[in-house]
Amino acid sequence: MELVEQIKEGVIRGDIGVDRKVEELVKTALAKGIAVESILKDGLIAGMSVIGGQFKRNECYVPEVLVAARAMKSGTAVLKPLLADSHIEPVGTVVIGTVKGDLHDIGKNLVAMMLEGAGFNVIDAGIDVAPEKFIQLAKEHNADVIGMSALLTTTMTKMKDTVEAIRASSLGKKVRTIIGGAPVTQRYADEIGAGGFAPDAASGVDRAKQLLGIA
Amino acid sequence: MLIIGERLNTSRKGLHEAVETRNEEFLQEIARKQAENGANYLDVNCGTRLQHEVEDLPWLAKLVQDTVGLPLSIDTPNADAAEAALSVHKGRPIINSISAESERYERMLPLVKKHNAGVIALCMDDEGMPETAEKKFKVASKLRQRLTSDGVPEEDIYLDPLVQPVGSNQAAGMAVVNAIREIRRAFPNTHISAGVSNVSHGMPARKLLNRTFIAMCICAGLDTAIVDPNDSDIMQIILAAESLAGRDEFCANYLAAFRAGKIA
Repeated sequence: MELVEQIKEGVIRGDIGVDRKVEELVKTALAKGIAVESILKDGLIAGMSVIGGQFKRNECYVPEVLVAARAMKSGTAVLKPLLADSHIEPVGTVVIGTVKGDLHDIGKNLVAMMLEGAGFNVIDAGIDVAPEKFIQLAKEHNADVIGMSALLTTTMTKMKDTVEAIRASSLGKKVRTIIGGAPVTQRYADEIGAGGFAPDAASGVDRAKQLLGIA
Repeated sequence: MLIIGERLNTSRKGLHEAVETRNEEFLQEIARKQAENGANYLDVNCGTRLQHEVEDLPWLAKLVQDTVGLPLSIDTPNADAAEAALSVHKGRPIINSISAESERYERMLPLVKKHNAGVIALCMDDEGMPETAEKKFKVASKLRQRLTSDGVPEEDIYLDPLVQPVGSNQAAGMAVVNAIREIRRAFPNTHISAGVSNVSHGMPARKLLNRTFIAMCICAGLDTAIVDPNDSDIMQIILAAESLAGRDEFCANYLAAFRAGKIA
């Protein structure tokens, strides 16, 4: 099997273990002169994208996504110092966080991981994030998308406040917004004027790509 | 074991519409069935109704109590909706829930006291949701201390160590079991409650994980569970686990359930 294909398969299987397989494969690929871009896109990101699709179709489960993400990370860590020289840009920058008053982070972390897996530059604002904080980070990192999570019906209303604050700020409509979390629906997204809604982590990636016109 | 029936929740299939259209018969049937199957309290939650929650929760509470007469677990983080439901409630309710988060504590505490209610106390504070057994126990102790010094009797407090998905963090299950054990040892008269089904989020065959986990929690000292009483498998496991944990004197409940044909 071609080396890049092996990297992709390694991510899908979550190979890391004692022989740190994906990491080793990436190093070998580099030594053989395979382009950084190909290793990243056709190997690591392609593998994570297969996992994302399986997850969306309920063919694989949270722990399998986590182990694949870990394998991918072991590979990207090798590539990181080389990315700048190779002029590889992230597909987009996303600021992601759980809204003010809400302390739940499991879903948000999963989405962040999937976005990274798809080649996004992800700025994780954490939990209990005030609208001003979202705006400040988006400006600082020149973000394309702001992603908001809420698990409670009471904190979900903070998404509305945040979207409104973003629109009223100098970011205006330059930055897209995307929302998710157990109580959140498409209807709510429409109601508050959020750019997108996603029912699960893998769809969140699809939606973010759609918003940026790169789907 | 105190069983809080979890089915009257608008996030469950068909319930949102039933509450919206005031489909009394449909909701009454769900209430009756849970009561028949051994629920001690019925949880009522209209969270997905958002801005309508303040009218819907008291409406549902009254309908359910007029049907089965059981006390309710008033399930909302919204103090206005809780207040509205409590004002129509008969008997002693459980308020589900309070936490050590400043705002939530201050808004819910007066309701607990005014209605002489039991209260589920989520072990989380302004810092977030504790992940280890040590931190869960610490927040539990702090919250219990604060509630009792504010005049809530310890027998009315249901400490909830916050069950988190084992699919995301494989230490999450034992963190809860060990926290329950610590809480039980330190506070023998305080209830311990848990929403066990969170443990299986993101995993296949969820019921198997839920059933196994509840047995582990009962072994550690769980005495209250928010479950589906119509799930006879989980109800049987609760009976068995209580007997095995030495909390069913002369195995009387287990034997009674056997004679009634409820376990096999």
